Amino acid sequence: MGHPIKRDHSRFRKIIKGKIRDNLRKYISKGEMPLPKGDGVYKIPMPSIDTPRFRFGDKEQGGTGQGEGQVGDPLGQGEDQPGEGEAGEGEGKKELEIDLTLEELASILGEELELPNIEPKGKKTIQSETDRYTSIGLVGPDSLKHFKRTYKEALKRQIMTGHYNPENPIIIPVRGDYRYRSAKSHVEFENAAVVIYMMDVSGSMGDEQKEIVRTESFWINLWLKSQYKDIEIRYIIHDATAKEVDEYTFFRTRESGGTLISSAFKLCRDIIKADYNKDEWNIYPFHFSDGDNWSTDDTKQCLEILDNEIIPASNVFCYGQVESRYGSGQFFKDLKAKYGEKSDDVILSQIKNKDAILDSIKDFLGKGK
Amino acid sequence: MNRTKPIEGELLELKEEIEVYARDYGLDFYPVIFEMCDYDTVNILAALGGFPNRYPHWRFGMDYDQMYKGYAYGLQKIYEMVVNTNPCYAYLLSVNNIVDQKIVMAHVYGHADFFKNNAWFRSTNKNMMDLMANHGTKIRRYMDLYGQNKVEDFIDKVLSIDNLLDIDALFYNRVVSSKKEENIEHSFSDDSDLSISLKSFMKSKERDELKKEAKTAHKSADIKRVESKNLPTKDIMLFLLENAPLEDWESDVIGILREEAYYYLPQRLTKIMNEGWASYWHSTIMTQKAAKPADIVHFADHHAGVMAMSKQRLNPYKIGIELFRDIEFRWDTGRFGYEYNNCEDMNVRENWDTKAMLGRKKIFEVRQSHNDISFIDEFFTQEFCERMQIFTYKYNPRTGRNEIASRDFQAIKQKLLNQLTNFGSPMIEVISSNDNNRGELLLRHIYMGVGLDLGYATETMRNLYYLWKRPINLLTIDENHEVKYHFDGKELKQVEGRPLPNPQGNLAGNA
Repeated sequence: MGHPIKRDHSRFRKIIKGKIRDNLRKYISKGEMPLPKGDGVYKIPMPSIDTPRFRFGDKEQGGTGQGEGQVGDPLGQGEDQPGEGEAGEGEGKKELEIDLTLEELASILGEELELPNIEPKGKKTIQSETDRYTSIGLVGPDSLKHFKRTYKEALKRQIMTGHYNPENPIIIPVRGDYRYRSAKSHVEFENAAVVIYMMDVSGSMGDEQKEIVRTESFWINLWLKSQYKDIEIRYIIHDATAKEVDEYTFFRTRESGGTLISSAFKLCRDIIKADYNKDEWNIYPFHFSDGDNWSTDDTKQCLEILDNEIIPASNVFCYGQVESRYGSGQFFKDLKAKYGEKSDDVILSQIKNKDAILDSIKDFLGKGK
Repeated sequence: MNRTKPIEGELLELKEEIEVYARDYGLDFYPVIFEMCDYDTVNILAALGGFPNRYPHWRFGMDYDQMYKGYAYGLQKIYEMVVNTNPCYAYLLSVNNIVDQKIVMAHVYGHADFFKNNAWFRSTNKNMMDLMANHGTKIRRYMDLYGQNKVEDFIDKVLSIDNLLDIDALFYNRVVSSKKEENIEHSFSDDSDLSISLKSFMKSKERDELKKEAKTAHKSADIKRVESKNLPTKDIMLFLLENAPLEDWESDVIGILREEAYYYLPQRLTKIMNEGWASYWHSTIMTQKAAKPADIVHFADHHAGVMAMSKQRLNPYKIGIELFRDIEFRWDTGRFGYEYNNCEDMNVRENWDTKAMLGRKKIFEVRQSHNDISFIDEFFTQEFCERMQIFTYKYNPRTGRNEIASRDFQAIKQKLLNQLTNFGSPMIEVISSNDNNRGELLLRHIYMGVGLDLGYATETMRNLYYLWKRPINLLTIDENHEVKYHFDGKELKQVEGRPLPNPQGNLAGNA
């Protein structure tokens, strides 16, 4: 409690968060992702922010050690970083591990991209109960004891019974005087949201493309999670046929063969119909592909499904086109021709390479839908 | 809330018992005050360098964060902490068992004796507790006046050069003697016990009155094309304090940080000796006096843990204690002086024993006058090196591993000494304050076989530029070329470069 170093510590956290924000672009484009640690806390590795000082270069340095071995023997133990052997001073390279909560991380993302908060549509349907300590009870644990109330009760009792002496105002509470803070349960209704990711896993989508989708979806999830208390995520992969898969499969499957985008859209439509009432749910379908579709007929079918069923049901439909060597990028053009760049219901984004991920995230989330 | 409390009961008795042992052995120390605290407090104190009250800075928060995690994950544990003050404060960790506490107390008396008697600590301020707290107050006041960010940024910049110190300054009276101050110097006596930063504070008070004239004079002088006095100098913080165009509060902050840097300097110069000496005494006191039969196994386990050596790094505790023991043994058996050194009969050498029994006396002398460099230089012998199986290693870029480079005694000793020179930092000095006749600062890296890390150098020079407000030049040697770098506030450029006359470029040792 209360030691001034806690202020230094929170100062340090603030600086770190600033650093993470400054480096967010680099960080995201390198595909490094915060590791979830459970309890909604994420671990971010980052190099220790040390004060620059004149110091020796690594390559010529080496050091001294002790033990058995011939000249030329490796020191082993996997510690193969050069220059960790300064005697006297143990200023080796340290890596900091920063723990950030989901909210902190999301707010960094939000600040960097200037993302607006999402205005949810639909009724608040998910019930959640929270306890608020708003009333006073006669029983409770000591930790919730309300001193002021207890004192008042004791004072009242002593005055009433004539034990109060203004010359010597000692108040001694007895069992019945104790008052405790007590909780009232509130039922709150929250907005519910579902994200449906669709990805083209046909032969033309390579590992790099999938990596981009993975990174992007991580950050999109992060943002949406910070906006909605409860969120469901569904994954669909497709080539010529579509199927629903779990997260693991979604990012690791590689199929070959043709691409019928409509297959995914059909499945998406079916999922929405079956599980998510559009009046109660905020629905976010995301589709990622390299823009190749099998035929113009299929594209036509896609647009129909979008127009009639998916778009009316969802908050916004997002299409991200990952550039690949094989893809023609035709689907983007088709969508653009139909909906234009500034449609309210459809957001299109082209992702050229890893560096463009952040901008693409902004495209998708920047409208606050 | 009080985070530490004095020891009492059994521990207090123990303390008194061990103190008597320590005095009987001839250790000489200021009173030691042991305080008990929990691990969180130990972490806080360790992050703050031993002092509960210091100036606010995020770096302490970072260190605390790391200590806290290191402890929480079971990676590291601080057993003991002792602060070089009078009285000497030492902190015990409440979760340690009684044998650990005994070891720690014995260890602490070793440190306390070293702090009081080693020559390199002669000039450290023994009232540092108060002084650090005063520094904290002053810096907090500046933060109130000028804004926390501004002051903290400035501290960040100054910390960048807080390893550019002159070791010799520990021995001469380091009085501020700049032209700026000369006219007000007389108003209080210089040889008083006042701390430097207190003086600088008083000066800055007086300066406030002189400010108006000074300020107008200052602003009008665009570039100072004057060579400063007392160059070259390694005391770069003092140099900037006296010569850089700084606001009064900025000078004061530099003065504060410099004083703290010099306070910690002797500890960096005597890491091996200090830990070796303390370990020697905890081991001696425990094995000969304090440990009960039931304690021995635990003691041995703990002691072995502290002494563990690694292939990557020499453990200062281990090297230190072994050297002290070696010295004691050699002086007990008379293995020193002309006759022994020139004896070539290995058998005679091996069994040499004059029964001189001067060992104890010798190690007390050694602890008084040496620092790590002279300690290693004088007492690190070939026999010792071989017995301890010490080697040098080097990074092999071909295999991507660190590999044993040599077991040659001379090479090892040279390497050790090089690492210890200037407490492991490159030696940098200011040569000129008017380089190119444009008021630029010229630094020279005193090369001793290892080049500078240019990335770090660039960032350091960026901070120096901020303080000096004119370009910074640096002479150094990089891959057998004498080079001069120029930093213009934005980027580092190489402006001159020529191969060294001697292509090996090995100037090691003759700087």
